[in-house]
Amino acid sequence: MYKIIRRYSKLTALGVLAVLSLVTVTALSLHGTEKAMAQQAAGGVQSLRGETDIPDDNIAPVLPRQDTQAGSFERAYRQQPPLIPHKIDGYQIDRAANQCMLCHDWPYNVDQGAPKISETHYVNRDGVALDEVSPRRWFCTQCHVPQSNARELVKNDFKSAVDLE
Amino acid sequence: MSDKNGKSGPGVRGRVVQLWKFISRPSTAALGTLLAVGFVAGIVFWGGFNWSMEMTNSQTFCITCHEMEQNVFREYRETIHFSNRTGVRATCPDCHVPKTWIHKVARKIRATGELFHHFAGTIETRDKFEAKRVQLATNVWREMKETDSRECRNCHNFDFMDYTLQESRASRRHQQGIEEGRTCIDCHKGIAHTLPDAAFEAWNTMEAALRTEAGG
Repeated sequence: MYKIIRRYSKLTALGVLAVLSLVTVTALSLHGTEKAMAQQAAGGVQSLRGETDIPDDNIAPVLPRQDTQAGSFERAYRQQPPLIPHKIDGYQIDRAANQCMLCHDWPYNVDQGAPKISETHYVNRDGVALDEVSPRRWFCTQCHVPQSNARELVKNDFKSAVDLE
Repeated sequence: MSDKNGKSGPGVRGRVVQLWKFISRPSTAALGTLLAVGFVAGIVFWGGFNWSMEMTNSQTFCITCHEMEQNVFREYRETIHFSNRTGVRATCPDCHVPKTWIHKVARKIRATGELFHHFAGTIETRDKFEAKRVQLATNVWREMKETDSRECRNCHNFDFMDYTLQESRASRRHQQGIEEGRTCIDCHKGIAHTLPDAAFEAWNTMEAALRTEAGG
């Protein structure tokens, strides 16, 4: 047997190569049909992942940096909740405590030189004025938000109340 | 080796007398030998003492107790002292154990109280811990008030701050803080762990108590 293989060594090598290439070509073509079938199954609808295949990683978009500035941001209209011009990363606002109050609640705001929370925030839903911020106003970031000069998600032609006049 | 009672082997009294003789009578060994042995023994014992004390001065050691791992450590993992842009991390002992030797030893001795409460199970469940949180937080605040936030200042020193690089509000308030003789914890509370219920009230009570203590 050994002698036979040695005698026909070139032939054996060729045979092995042929088998290997056949396997590779079959595997590749199978993979291709799978991909095409998957796309058909989705009905041509693209997910938020876009063209990216499931095992591949999307390129993460750059996180916009927060804008901070001395003083406050201008309001765009009269009723607008004032925007947050400083970092609030990791501020605790939960059932136990609200770290915004450490500077913005009276009397702390006097000491810290920070704007005081509007008096409307001390009135509960029954119209009773309280000595502390009303529970319905507790979660500041529901209305007051930090700012970032990010690209608008939807194209729009918003104008501030001042610009409209 | 028989004592006055005539029993075989030394009694307690006999041992004490023996020890006293060993200490009070000059040794027959040469002075050089005594010094050399003493020197080596000093290195072994003093070094061993400090080494084992440093072993208890690591985050790994702190969180071997579930009271620390499941409460304060998990909160700390979400904060800037754990993960930040420059990659500098302050672990438990950096803030809670003084760097200077004498204060460190004093703190370590007080920590035996914490050991007692660990084995007594004072804060062994989440509910027990939450119920005690105000008291525990106030203890730390009070300590930081009394030491002028010494552990904070190991890294954050007023003298080393560049106020022009700080955010406008931070810059203004820090410089006011220096003038008014404020300390870090006066404003920076709840930065590494969650604030307890009624935190502000507890702080105000503690501050008032400190003022009256200082006043007389």
